[in-house]
Amino acid sequence: MDLIKNLLKGDKLSIARVISQVEDDTGYDILDRIYPYTGNAYHIGITGPPGAGKSTLVNAIAKKLLRESYKIGIIAVDPTSPFSGGALLGDRIRMGDLSLQKNVFIRSMATRGSLGGLSKKTKDVALVLDAAGMDYILIETVGVGQVELDIAQVCDTKIVVLVPESGDSIQAMKAGLLEIADIVVVNKGDREGSDSLLIELKFAFDLKPKTGWRVPILKTIATDDSGIDELVKEIGNHKEYLEKSDEIKKLQKMRILNQIHEYIETEIKRHLRETVIDDKELDRYIEKIMERKVSPYKIARKIMENMLKGG
Amino acid sequence: MRKIRVLIGKPGLDGHDRGAKVVAAALRDAGMEVIYTGLHQTCEAIVEAAIQEDVDVIGLSILSGAHMTIFPRVLKLLKERKANIPVIGGGIIPQDDVKKLEKMGVKKIFGPGTPTNEIVEWIKNNVGGKNSPGQSTKSKKSRKQK
Repeated sequence: MDLIKNLLKGDKLSIARVISQVEDDTGYDILDRIYPYTGNAYHIGITGPPGAGKSTLVNAIAKKLLRESYKIGIIAVDPTSPFSGGALLGDRIRMGDLSLQKNVFIRSMATRGSLGGLSKKTKDVALVLDAAGMDYILIETVGVGQVELDIAQVCDTKIVVLVPESGDSIQAMKAGLLEIADIVVVNKGDREGSDSLLIELKFAFDLKPKTGWRVPILKTIATDDSGIDELVKEIGNHKEYLEKSDEIKKLQKMRILNQIHEYIETEIKRHLRETVIDDKELDRYIEKIMERKVSPYKIARKIMENMLKGG
Repeated sequence: MRKIRVLIGKPGLDGHDRGAKVVAAALRDAGMEVIYTGLHQTCEAIVEAAIQEDVDVIGLSILSGAHMTIFPRVLKLLKERKANIPVIGGGIIPQDDVKKLEKMGVKKIFGPGTPTNEIVEWIKNNVGGKNSPGQSTKSKKSRKQK
């Protein structure tokens, strides 16, 4: 089919259309067919609180990688409103100089109800970019707090971006965001407090148990590219470490396992909603539950038993 | 259900983006995904972004008086890239020019004072996925899948 053929050649119109189909849940047979062509791209995740400079940093990293003549795919995720279902996707504003480059493809995605900092479809969209021949895929999360860690499931190198206003070493020692970091960046490094944050972060990371990879803590000013060369060098070091230590195989296995689990969960939920659960019957159950005659758990088990019987 | 995706762009040199932002917010609140490109964009960058984002419609805000240059250029670039994406616009555009632009292929011009829900309704009724570039292949695909 032409669409897939053109996608594999890197045609931007085809890439864009396939991504839409994947996002709208109608692209699974395309994913089946392009899957053999994937597995070549290296995934870099950029996460951090809102306003830390993630988009600007992505722009700077991409420009640097472009100069080394790589093909770059960028996925920028912004939140969907839980109230209207709409979204304002504004990450492209910071990537103005990139969008016309031949070797760059940028796609904005809305979270569409996911709470982990990415959209559920982000990894599928990454597969599409992978098949289209991208060497590096940069994935930017929504502005996150402490526990939105989806990126750990999707990316090879995870970069956590902080700014001097991000807090002290106790924040850094809490569970969550910093635990997933392979590289920590203190952006807006020209602001007051950046050096002390850098020292506190180094201290906090020294307390962590040693692994084969020592998390570098870097200072950048993304708006004028300062510190970007070093950051890209560290990304390269981490990539080399993953490949040499076989950690990358572990990551890939985990990712595939998650993909299978997630797909099954989604399909079971859809199946439950569309074929097993009878809304009227459910209403009757809810009445009974509200009268405290039966617990919601018992009803849930009963619905599941029905589903399993039906196959 | 397919979400309507809209690109709102500010081409050219004028720096007045309040209108574009008001429209972007209204479309977002109507449940659409709005890609906002920011100020001072070239026609080339806007068309490229619209293609990569696979939007259902492009909305351009122009208050600089350059509309008779910018709209035709965007339409031409879209045609060159074989991207069948409808273009609408808003801003300070004289009635005579509105007629000319609509003849040229701009689908609709919304002048100052247009209530935002009028724009929302127009998009829902006229693009709502129907003209979307991905659409024709999509129906075929989903049938095959079943």
